[in-house]
Amino acid sequence: MSSDARSARWAWLAVAGLSVFIAAFAIGCGGSDSSDSTSGGGEMLSEVGEGEGQLNLICWPSYCENGSTDPDVDWISDFEKQTGCEVNVKIGNTSDEMVQLMRTGQYDGVSASGDATLRLIDGGDVAPVNTDLVSNYADIFPGLKDQPFNSVDGQMYGIPHGRGANLLMWNTDQVKPAPNSWGAVFDPNEAAKQKGHVTAYDSPIYIADAALYLMATQPDLGITNPYELDEDQFNAAIDLLKQQREFIGEYWSDYAKQIQSFANGDTTVGTTWPYQYLALQAEGDPVASTVPEEGSTGWSDTWMISSEAKHPNCMYMWMDHITEPQVQADVAEWFGEAPANSKACEPQYLKKGPFPDVKHCEKYDASGEKYLDDLYYWTTPVSDCGDDRGDVCKTYDDWVQGWTEVKG
Amino acid sequence: MEATGLGAPKPRRSAGHRLADLFHGRPRLQAGTLLAGPVGWLVIGYLGSLAILLIASFWSLGELSGEVERSFTLDNFKTIVEDSVYRTVTLRTVGIAAAVTVTDALLALPLAFYMAKVARPSRQSLLVVAVLVPLWSSYLVKAFAWRTILSEEGILNWALDPLGLSGPGYGTLAVWLVMSYIWLPYMIIPIYAGFDRIPDSVLSASDDLGAKAWMTFRRVIWPLVFPAIVAGSIFTFSLTLGDFIAPTLVSSTQFIGTVVKSTITTNLPLAAAYSVVPILIMIIYLLIARRLGAFEHV
Repeated sequence: MSSDARSARWAWLAVAGLSVFIAAFAIGCGGSDSSDSTSGGGEMLSEVGEGEGQLNLICWPSYCENGSTDPDVDWISDFEKQTGCEVNVKIGNTSDEMVQLMRTGQYDGVSASGDATLRLIDGGDVAPVNTDLVSNYADIFPGLKDQPFNSVDGQMYGIPHGRGANLLMWNTDQVKPAPNSWGAVFDPNEAAKQKGHVTAYDSPIYIADAALYLMATQPDLGITNPYELDEDQFNAAIDLLKQQREFIGEYWSDYAKQIQSFANGDTTVGTTWPYQYLALQAEGDPVASTVPEEGSTGWSDTWMISSEAKHPNCMYMWMDHITEPQVQADVAEWFGEAPANSKACEPQYLKKGPFPDVKHCEKYDASGEKYLDDLYYWTTPVSDCGDDRGDVCKTYDDWVQGWTEVKG
Repeated sequence: MEATGLGAPKPRRSAGHRLADLFHGRPRLQAGTLLAGPVGWLVIGYLGSLAILLIASFWSLGELSGEVERSFTLDNFKTIVEDSVYRTVTLRTVGIAAAVTVTDALLALPLAFYMAKVARPSRQSLLVVAVLVPLWSSYLVKAFAWRTILSEEGILNWALDPLGLSGPGYGTLAVWLVMSYIWLPYMIIPIYAGFDRIPDSVLSASDDLGAKAWMTFRRVIWPLVFPAIVAGSIFTFSLTLGDFIAPTLVSSTQFIGTVVKSTITTNLPLAAAYSVVPILIMIIYLLIARRLGAFEHV
C-alpha cells in the first residue's frame, strides 16, 4: 500500500513537471510565431559575395552526383574545387518529404517540383531569386520562365532545372503486347493479367495519374485538368485507385527499391521516372517504357533558395553551376529529362555526357514542341478550380486523406 | 598537532569533506542528487517530446502552404475516429501485433524450456548466445534480407518451386513472418529467465506427488512462467505496434507506423494525433500486464 502511495506521488510529480514543460513550450511557440509570418519571405540577394564554405542541398535522386554512384558521373567535385563550397546532399524521394525538410531551415536550397514550389513560396520557406546574378539564366528556355509554379507577379522564385514525363514502364518478357495506354495499370482487365506485380507511385500526387486516365476514358466526368478535381471527379479517381489496389504488388517511393523490384521480377508494369528505366536498361534488364497515348503527368523542377539559407552565396553559385550547359547536358542524360538550358542541347555538350546522344534533346522534346508542353506538370491542388466552378475543388489536404484511403 | 585541546581551532575541512557532510544522514538528498540527471533527461527528453507530440496533434494545416498553423482544433482526432480507414488500419495493426506475439510465445516456450531445464550448462550458455546473436546485427539488414528472401526470384520461391509451391510474396503475411522473426529473441529471453527461476525441486516434487507431465505443466510450470510470457509479450507487441520499416520493405499494406510515417510529411498534426493511438493501446496493455503480474520479477 505504502509503495503504491509513493508511486502515486511520483506520478503526480511527473505530471506537474510535464505541465510546466508544456506551458514553457507553448510560450516559446507564441514568441516564435512572429518571425515566419512574412509570406514569400526572405531577402533577395543583390550581389554574390565570397562562398561560405558549405552548401546543404535537398535533391531529387541523381540530380546531385559527386561520383559516388558512378565515378564518371560527377558535377559536384568540380564545383567544390572552384568555389570552396563543400556540398552536403540530402535526397528527397517525394515532394512532401522535400517540403518537410525545407521547413527545418537547415538547408540552403532544393530542387523543387511544381507540387512543392507553391507550398514553399506560400509558406515563406523560400526567397525570391535575383536572376541577374545567375549568368546562365539568359539561356533557359523561355517556356520555363515566369511560370505559375516558379514565380509570383513576375518575380522568379528559382532557376528552372529541367522537366520530363512520368513514364509507363514494363517488363518486356512478362507484358505482351507492348502497352500504349495507362489502361495497363488502371483497366481491371489489363491490370489483372499482372495481378500482384503492378506498381504505382506512393504519393498523393499519383491521384492525378488516375484523373488523367479518366480524362481520356470517361469524358462524362468533364475533367479538364487532373489537378483541379471537384467532388465527383475526385471520388471517381479515388474509386479507380481503390480498384487498382487489388493488382498492386507494391507501391514505390524509393527509386532504388523500384529498380530492385523490376530487376527481381516482383514488379512488371507501372509508372516510373526515366532514371529508373535508364538504370535498368544499362544493367541489361528486359524493360521498355513510353509516354502512353493519354499523355502523362510530369515534373518541371526549379532550384529554390531557402529564406533562411545560411550559405546564400554558395547557393547562388550552385544555381549558376547546375544550369551551365555541360552540367545540364550531364544531368539531363543521366536522369533522362529535358534540360532547361537551351545551350545544353548543342552537340558539343551532349557528346560529353554520361550517355552521349546528340539527339537527346529531340528525344526528350526539350523545346516543348511535341509533347512536353502538353504534359500535366505536378502542381499543388487548391480549392480554386481555376474556372467557373469556383472554390469547390479538392485541396491537397483532401488528396492526402484520399491517398491514405486508397491504400486502405 | 595531534592533541586537539578544547580551545584549539577546528581544522579546516576540504570542500569534498564538506560536501560529504552535507549529504550525511540525508537519504532523500542523496537519492535526489543521484537521480536528478536521469530523471531530468527522462522528463525533458522523453516526456517532453511526447508532450510536444500531444500539442502538435491539436494544430492544423494552412490550405496552400500546408504549413502547420498553431491554433487549437480537435479536427485531427475527429478524422481519426470518424474516418473508417484509420479504424481499419488500427485494427489491422493490433491484429498483427497480437499474431506476432502469439507466434513468438509458441516458438519461445519450448525453446526456452529446453534452454533452462534440459540442456547441459555448457550448451545452455551456447544457446543463450545463439538467441542473442541476431540482435547484434542491424535491424535494417535483417529486414532487407527478408525482402530478398521473399522476393519473386528469392531463395524461398526457389526452394519451394520443386514442391510446386510458392512463398507468400510481399504482403501482410510477409509482415507477420518478418516481425515474428525479428522480435523473437525479446520473447525468448524473459521466458528463459522465468523458467530459470523455477527450482528443479518444484518439478521433482510435482513428479513425486504423482502428477503427469501435462499436469505439472498446467498446474506448476504455467502459473510460474506466465508472468514472464506477459513480460515478453510487452516487447513483441509494442515493437510490432510501432514498426514502420519492415512493413514498408515487405508489403504495401498500411499499419499505424507506416501511416504516421507517410502522414508526417504531409500533415504533421494528423500524424501526431494518430500516434496517440498506439500510446493509448500500450497504456491499456501495460495496465493489463500489471494485473497479470508481469512486473513482479522483471
